[in-house]
Amino acid sequence: MKAVLIAAVALAAAPAFAQDNQGRNLAAGCAICHGTEGRASDQGSALIPLAGLPKDHIASQLRAFRDGMQQLAKGYSDAQIDAIAAWYAARKR
Amino acid sequence: MKRRDFLWLAGAATAAGSLAGLPSGAAGAGKARVVVVGGGFGGATAAKYLRLWDPAIEVTLVERTDIFTSCPMSNLVLAGFTRMDDIRRSYDGLRRHGVQVVNDEVTAVDADRKRVRLLRGGALIYDRLVIAPGIDFRFGEIEGYEAAMQAGRVLHAWKAGAQTVELRRQLEQMRDGGVFAISVPMTPFRCPPGPYERASLVADYFKRAKPRAKVLVLDANPDVASKPGLFKAAWREYYAGMLEYRPNSTAIGVDAAAMTLKLEVEDVKADVLNVVPPQRAGDIARKAGLITTSQHWCDVDWRTMESKALPGVHLLGDATLAAPAMPKSASMANNHAKIAAAAIVEILSGRPPVPVQILSTCYSFVSRTEAVHVASVHAWSDADRTLKTVPGSGGVSPARSEAEGTLAWHWARTIWADSFG
Repeated sequence: MKAVLIAAVALAAAPAFAQDNQGRNLAAGCAICHGTEGRASDQGSALIPLAGLPKDHIASQLRAFRDGMQQLAKGYSDAQIDAIAAWYAARKR
Repeated sequence: MKRRDFLWLAGAATAAGSLAGLPSGAAGAGKARVVVVGGGFGGATAAKYLRLWDPAIEVTLVERTDIFTSCPMSNLVLAGFTRMDDIRRSYDGLRRHGVQVVNDEVTAVDADRKRVRLLRGGALIYDRLVIAPGIDFRFGEIEGYEAAMQAGRVLHAWKAGAQTVELRRQLEQMRDGGVFAISVPMTPFRCPPGPYERASLVADYFKRAKPRAKVLVLDANPDVASKPGLFKAAWREYYAGMLEYRPNSTAIGVDAAAMTLKLEVEDVKADVLNVVPPQRAGDIARKAGLITTSQHWCDVDWRTMESKALPGVHLLGDATLAAPAMPKSASMANNHAKIAAAAIVEILSGRPPVPVQILSTCYSFVSRTEAVHVASVHAWSDADRTLKTVPGSGGVSPARSEAEGTLAWHWARTIWADSFG
């Protein structure tokens, strides 16, 4: 009975549509080098903060990498790159 | 509620300062509660990202130390190239995210009643539990080792902290012309490139301070277990005549009085003996019944990090039975935590969790200033029911460089901030 009640409460609290967190979840991996939500935490870093950069710029850079970053970028489809770029572009710097 | 239970919970309320209520769910209006056990890269990241992604969740982190010491970069401390203070982080960053940090140790998990018992008394109630046990050691496989370690004679320094400082002291006191021997266990173990990085950095220290000293790498594996080409190139070009590598050399015993390591086929004497023992999931995983495989590791559902042994318990980091080609690394533990955080937020909101693609970048120093990396991307495979590396992605550095050394420090400061800040 208790379990049913808990389930009912959980369902009532859930939004009508599942949130699309694809960009957020994919970008979370990048945070180990690019900082939480793309905000640089390391002064003088070699990597630019991604938060708030134009979407097209991030996406085109991800597709163009020819250095070590390419080894990571190659693991993402075009749709995934677009989702990552859109998510970072929507972050406040 | 039985009287004993009530006392148990009352103690917890004192410890956490905020547990006056009944188990949430039963309380109805109460916030969802997540307890995270273990404040390493995995546990800290899970606690932070749960708060970041759903501030309505009450998150309590239980960690037995009051300051974090990073294993990544700790080999630079051993070699005297950086200081302990540079590789430590407080838990205040997590507190700023609203995580309740409890300085205590979990001694038991009651998954049926969704509570964990604390060493200093009391318990914490959870809706979902995250356990990031880290590793403990299989000392029994090397005869005489545990006693030699307790006596401070032979150390592992494979959990950064007091042993890192003590092993550094041993290296400083070693005579020029002495031998530093490092024993490497069979894979899998925490940080696959770690022993080879350590050997490289100690050799660099010797070149500067004790040019007649030797580094002897006694490896149970048939070859260098990570970035073999890059490590061996550095050893050939920088440490020829100083660093010797011996594969297929499994340690079976330690004689502390004679400072001798017993291998299967011979005995090796050293002035400083650094034995990295075989490993398994941390003690709390064993106590909680989370170990599933060969008595050492914990299998998980890689879509959620949920334990295959205990429903409702998410398990992270080095303690996991690794997915194919997945290293036991800080990057991976941090990324495991993000899978778990995303899944827990969905589950607590009554939505189905979706798989999360993750990545790892892992730097190793081969000298004071030069580093190399290995990178990988891991995606859920419906066909294989596990995370698999994405074809065509990942790889290692073409060559060591100072630029990568700079990136390695940048990576360290950024992952510390992403996990603890």
